[in-house]
Amino acid sequence: MAKSSSPKPVEELTYEEAFAELETIVNTLEGEQKPLEEAMSLFERGQALVKRCSELLDGAELKVRKLSGDALADFEGEE
Amino acid sequence: MSQPSLFASVTWTVSRLTQHIRTLLESDLVLQDVWVQGEISNLGRPASGHIYFTLKDAGASLRGVMWKGDARRLILPLQDGMEIEAHGRIGVYEPQGQYQFYADIIRPMGEGVLYQEFLRLKAMLEAEGLFDAERKRPIPELPRKIGIVTSATGAALRDMLDTLRRRLPLVEVILAPSPVQGDEAPPRLISALEALNQLEPDVILLARGGGSIEDLWAFNDERVVRAVAASGVPVISGVGHETDFTLCDFAADLRAPTPTAAAELATPITVIDLSAYLQGINTRLAASTLSLLAAQRNGLDASAARLRFSSPLRRIQTDRQRLDEFARRGMSALKHRVALDGSRLQGFERRLEALNPLAVLGRGYAVVTRQADGKLVSRVSQAKSGDILRVRVSDGEFGATVSQDKES
Repeated sequence: MAKSSSPKPVEELTYEEAFAELETIVNTLEGEQKPLEEAMSLFERGQALVKRCSELLDGAELKVRKLSGDALADFEGEE
Repeated sequence: MSQPSLFASVTWTVSRLTQHIRTLLESDLVLQDVWVQGEISNLGRPASGHIYFTLKDAGASLRGVMWKGDARRLILPLQDGMEIEAHGRIGVYEPQGQYQFYADIIRPMGEGVLYQEFLRLKAMLEAEGLFDAERKRPIPELPRKIGIVTSATGAALRDMLDTLRRRLPLVEVILAPSPVQGDEAPPRLISALEALNQLEPDVILLARGGGSIEDLWAFNDERVVRAVAASGVPVISGVGHETDFTLCDFAADLRAPTPTAAAELATPITVIDLSAYLQGINTRLAASTLSLLAAQRNGLDASAARLRFSSPLRRIQTDRQRLDEFARRGMSALKHRVALDGSRLQGFERRLEALNPLAVLGRGYAVVTRQADGKLVSRVSQAKSGDILRVRVSDGEFGATVSQDKES
């Protein structure tokens, strides 16, 4: 939970980061009595994270790169 | 021709007769433990996993079946036209009235050298512990980066990419292309594995589509097998078809029957699972916040009730009530007091009345004053002849004149 210092904007989070933070938030909300204001801001952050995760799931496109020598290049398909 | 007797001593049912034949065949020791050699034809592999075939040579044919459990141990794929030798037993399939060969081992003829080499290498590596179950590492449930070692141009790659795209498009795929057959394949496969290890993917898929035993032989190369075992990243092998086994399969952390299956095993959690889980966690998020809000609301309501109870308004109402009470009591005391004073006043009046000097006039007495100076005449010496006096009686006064001085 080293996120409280300055949480990244959700748009910059990867799916794994967003989901991990979301789980932490839900566990916190379920487990601890937080002051209302803090709880509401956690909830809003959680909602934004859910949205971010959904968008990432819906919009994901398999990224394929090819290793040639030591370099990675985008791989478009069969050559 | 002898004529059959009209009334047979015993007439058998078809089932009974077939059973009898079956018992005869299945009690023959030779037929129950036999090696047979022939060419495979009419090969059938239904979804059940059993394998059906006909074994034939120039003079005869034999129906055969291999059950799924035995078929799983096949090291080489069977093909029509393949010369094989097989071990098994003869049995009868009663519904069809057919005797057939139930095979438990099938191995190709003419590939005996490769096969012997395969067995030798397998035994050696097995003895070294390269295939031990304890060496197998778990496959990550939700990989972010998947390495693939296969031919860049094969159907295997396309199948795997299609499968990954469908199941978990979130992953990043790094392809380390390599020839998958021929003499150059083993060293290239090894360097591809090593290069991928540098990039630390979560799992590596080592794959190749189906082919003959020679086609797949690179995956039985000792150097490649050792490279698979040495990989720091878990490896899933998916080489050939379901019935193909290579030594890489034994060395890999997980064996998949096909390249597509390898991609499936690498993504046990799919985007559909993630969506469902996300939905669930979203529900939990809302529920936990709602219950928190409800708790806060309850607390607030309780505080509001207490606030109302201690409100100045309530105090004012109380005070007003007390004031009314005082007023009522004050008024009543006042009334009492007034009544009391009234009766005392009457008493005074009566007593005052009794003291009124004029009151005696009613009894015949009169008050006499001199008209000249208004002085009360209470002694004879005060009246001289000719003085005018005023005489007051009970109902008024009148004048009088002194006619005579004092009588003596």
